[in-house]
Amino acid sequence: MASIPMQYVLILSAMLFSLGLIGLIARRNIFFTLLSIEIMLNAAGLAFVAAGARWAQADGQVMFMFILTMAAAEVSVGLVLLLRLYQQFKTLDVDAAKDLNG
Amino acid sequence: MSLLFFIAAAIAVVATLLVITELNTVHALLYMIVSLLSVAFIFFLLGAPFIAALEVIIYAGAIMVLFVFVIMMLNLGPQSIDQERQWFNLRSWPGIAILAAILLVELFLALRSGATPANVAQLAPQQVAISLFGPYLLGVELASVLLLAGLVGVYHIGRHLR
Repeated sequence: MASIPMQYVLILSAMLFSLGLIGLIARRNIFFTLLSIEIMLNAAGLAFVAAGARWAQADGQVMFMFILTMAAAEVSVGLVLLLRLYQQFKTLDVDAAKDLNG
Repeated sequence: MSLLFFIAAAIAVVATLLVITELNTVHALLYMIVSLLSVAFIFFLLGAPFIAALEVIIYAGAIMVLFVFVIMMLNLGPQSIDQERQWFNLRSWPGIAILAAILLVELFLALRSGATPANVAQLAPQQVAISLFGPYLLGVELASVLLLAGLVGVYHIGRHLR
């Protein structure tokens, strides 16, 4: 029973990242924008853990924890911005906030 | 073990694809949770059980619950009852339930057949912790500063919310 080849995990990670990027570009709802960012961060973490497992080093898992911390901080700020956007414009469309100073 | 990986990877890709094409926010969140669980299973197969647990607890648990709370806050009002009724129909569940059930069966198979990667050079949480508080100590401090900055920023931006 051989271990999982690293390139498969990296391909999976690239696919998940691409899907997140497509979602980020295609969707105009700020909620889905935040979800797509989460998908991309998770894909990056998967690549880190795969590399750490390939060379049997703990660094990959440490990096995943940093990504996790960053994702938590980012998503809390993003969600409170979502609430402010909804309060101000009564919509979740990010294009509503394209006018600065408004 | 390779087959288990491919099934979990397929579930992850399908669930993620459904996340970015779904129109209903709650359904998208449920698909996102399935995707995160399958990625956690892949972490388990890669010999990182601690990271798999963190993925389930923090990503699928805490962060997704934060999204759910925000959805709840947005839907205050009389129309929310209708929306709840609309969400509670059984037609929308099978996709999510099937993906999650496949993942569950896979997890049982992995645990029964002892597919826990003994030959994958499993990294114990101990090694990760030693590394975290050894060469990466500065990174840990910076992460705490980042979290504090996030806390202050959220408080400041959300000060005038109803």
